Amino acid sequence: MIDTADMLRVFAQYRGNSIVIPGRGGRHWVTLSDQPSRDLPLRDPAMGGHASFAFGMALALPQEKVVLFDSEGDIIMNMGALTTIAEKAPKNFYHFLLDNECYATTGGQAIPNATKTAYDVIAKGAGYRAAYAYDDLEELSNDIERILSEPGPVLVAMKVHPEIESLPINARPQWVNRSRDQMIADVQQAVGVTQR
Amino acid sequence: MVSQPGKLTPHAVLGEMLKNEVTHVVCLPDSETNWLYMLMEKEPGLDLVRVAREGQAISTASGISVGGKKPVVLIQNTGLMESGDSLRGWAMGLNRPLVLIVGYRGWTRKGVTPDTAAVYTERFLNAFNIDYYLVESDDDVSRISLAFDDAKKKNQPVAVLIGVEYEG
Repeated sequence: MIDTADMLRVFAQYRGNSIVIPGRGGRHWVTLSDQPSRDLPLRDPAMGGHASFAFGMALALPQEKVVLFDSEGDIIMNMGALTTIAEKAPKNFYHFLLDNECYATTGGQAIPNATKTAYDVIAKGAGYRAAYAYDDLEELSNDIERILSEPGPVLVAMKVHPEIESLPINARPQWVNRSRDQMIADVQQAVGVTQR
Repeated sequence: MVSQPGKLTPHAVLGEMLKNEVTHVVCLPDSETNWLYMLMEKEPGLDLVRVAREGQAISTASGISVGGKKPVVLIQNTGLMESGDSLRGWAMGLNRPLVLIVGYRGWTRKGVTPDTAAVYTERFLNAFNIDYYLVESDDDVSRISLAFDDAKKKNQPVAVLIGVEYEG
């Protein structure tokens, strides 16, 4: 099992100018990122949609690398998105998956078939150009620079320790310090696009 | 292509998309929109993004919109209802000026519709406070431009309900 914060520290060394959508790793990423204007720590607008949203950004911005930290609970809500991503095959899309085998934000209940589902195999079967699986940070650290230099779409499934939250949603610490509108405006300015 | 008063042609709808500088059509085909689908496939200026479920269309289009391009979502009313949480969280929550072109399955001006897809469509949009326009013929297609204007003005999704089947 991999510690999400440790993994993000490794990733931070190689993010370059990528646009990063940190998903469920957001609370760690906001303290690690050296380019917050290229980050979209949106928390959870609607579960199941992160992959499609990040893919949409990759389609719209083919000159930018788009990196998503998705979760397995999200991905199984919308598995069909993988076939759409594979069909359009954006070379600039890097799909990292934080697989903690549970619904950590609702108290840690098990994900369906949590220990047996191979998301790298599913992504490859859907038609992703490449897919990898890791449960050891050292192995991932050895490969991450190469993976980020490959053309996408790539899925990197990682077994991570669950960080279970049991507090009522309204009582949880708030780690986002910009509004979503501000984050979007910052990213659009950083990549030089205007809203149409 | 000359418009045909009283009928809705896919050319007229496509013309509105091009006039409004749409870059991507995020769609899940249905029987009513097949003629339009075939036309769009031949249009070099449009990037067609085929999705497997309508909620996915909303989050995909939201990402395209944040990336500075101009998508339109093309789905049926049945799928509109499926996409409720995605609409709430992605399109509305991120203030995306998306136009949703929605096949209004079951809509009729004659008598009572037996199709619950039609019964709940406008109630669904009203519950989400999403404004909408009804298009039933080429005479109405300028409403699509109004929907684009509204969406931009409000930074919110606006729907166009296609109330008839296209005539190729």
